[in-house]
Amino acid sequence: MSSVSVSRLSKSYTLIKALDNVSFEVQKGELFGIVGPDGAGKTTLFRLLTTLILPDSGSAVVEDFDVVKDYASVRRIIGYMPGKFSLYQDLTVEENLNFFATVFNTTVKENYHLIEDIYKHIEPFKTRRAGKLSGGMKQKLALSCALIHKPKVLFLDEPTTGVDPVSRKEFWEMLLKLKSQGITIIVSTPYMDEARLCDRIALTQNGKFLRIDSPENIIASYQQKLWSVTADNMHGLLNDLRSCPYVKSSFSFGASYHVTMVESATAAMLDEYLRAKGYGDIEIGEIQPTVEDCFMLMLKEDEQ
Amino acid sequence: MKEEYVIQAENLTKRFGDFTAVDHITFNVRKGEIFGFLGANGAGKTTAMRMLCGLSRPSEGKGTVAGFDIECEPEKVKRNIGYMSQKFSLYEDLKVWENLRLYGGIYGMKDKEIAENTDAVLHSIDMESERDTMVCDLPLGWKQKLAFAVSTFHNPKIVFLDEPTGGVDPITRRRFWEQIYGAAASGITVFVTTHYMDEAEYCDRVSIMVDGRIRALDSPMALRNKFGVSDMDEVFRMLAREATRKGD
Repeated sequence: MSSVSVSRLSKSYTLIKALDNVSFEVQKGELFGIVGPDGAGKTTLFRLLTTLILPDSGSAVVEDFDVVKDYASVRRIIGYMPGKFSLYQDLTVEENLNFFATVFNTTVKENYHLIEDIYKHIEPFKTRRAGKLSGGMKQKLALSCALIHKPKVLFLDEPTTGVDPVSRKEFWEMLLKLKSQGITIIVSTPYMDEARLCDRIALTQNGKFLRIDSPENIIASYQQKLWSVTADNMHGLLNDLRSCPYVKSSFSFGASYHVTMVESATAAMLDEYLRAKGYGDIEIGEIQPTVEDCFMLMLKEDEQ
Repeated sequence: MKEEYVIQAENLTKRFGDFTAVDHITFNVRKGEIFGFLGANGAGKTTAMRMLCGLSRPSEGKGTVAGFDIECEPEKVKRNIGYMSQKFSLYEDLKVWENLRLYGGIYGMKDKEIAENTDAVLHSIDMESERDTMVCDLPLGWKQKLAFAVSTFHNPKIVFLDEPTGGVDPITRRRFWEQIYGAAASGITVFVTTHYMDEAEYCDRVSIMVDGRIRALDSPMALRNKFGVSDMDEVFRMLAREATRKGD
């Protein structure tokens, strides 16, 4: 059963086509990730689905309600955490939470079980003004406020942007717990490593959805052999890999380079080539691609 | 031969009331080095960086940046450094060349020098044909490229990059690092913060701050070996978990 259904949705601003004919379905209880860089149209999509702006064409339905015709009903059953911190800075933590509960005609007590795991981290600071909270605490408060009316669908626009790796991990653990309670979650992120934690992801660029599938299927569809290459002089190695006739693509990936080669080439041939160039400690091993490898391959194909 | 240091920090400390944001940090950064400055949100990175840029006076300790004392000569520090943040400091409604002209003027460069540098810079970032394009019409990756060129336009000894790659796609992110390598190869020292741990690997050395102190400082490979793990992500997590402070 689908919770969110988007059909041929487009939205343009004066100069840019922010969202270009996008269609997808999100199932009830699914954790759906929208992965892509700034300018991919992520925020525009969220603003359309949360009824804050109107589409130029196409339609979208959230839990059987049309985002244009039934906007008031949509608003009642969704939770939205915008990319920019949008709570009341001069209200305290507790006042913000009470405010959002009251607006939705409920109480903090009634749905406390939903936010308990998240809210307990900030409860010791409940008399502090929201504007005075740290980034991590603001994020937890914003999520608590988006959840307090027990929404059926939760929209999270880049909740982890600018957040350090440890806090990002904690945030995703919270999302997975919420998912287990049956809430449909649509979350956007520029971080490719987070894609792996979603049931399905859409890889997006310049207002278009390049691909929608599970992370496993996206990785499985990577049709080429991928090699990890390291040697003693890593700085020089990238240029020599790029000018090597066997190499199709070469990208830095943390401590190693990820390399694809032409059909006829083998690891032994590359090893010999690099050795002739004077490299030592050469290690070449076949590896499993990540979502980031897949995304880069798609971007490259898109460029050509 | 004595090593040439572009940053020297000795027991640098910043207190806000009874809260010690930066707690006696001591480190040096060599000329032409790419130095990664890592830490969880709230570890004190921004405060430390503001002191090094001459924007905030230390409560205790000493520091020199580009040869100038950060406490006594903050204006000279500012003139000799470059700075770029994730919020690219470009004027969207100015043309590409006008942005370069503006920053050259702010740093007191002569008209002739600005004109020559503009040609050279646009050539080196392959944007000669975009000279008269409005910045708002440039794709994000180009803006990033230009923002970096603007931050190094006045030939600073060192450039501070505050999460410069947030929000760009993975290919553009990697191309940007090639631009950083180019700057370092030409002798500019690069001081960079990032939340992408794969980027920590691209630095010559990295420091990791926890609760206002520098808990680790070495090359990525030495840190991986020291902690017996396979990537910087794990090094970071092991150290950041020790933090008792929360958030920023």
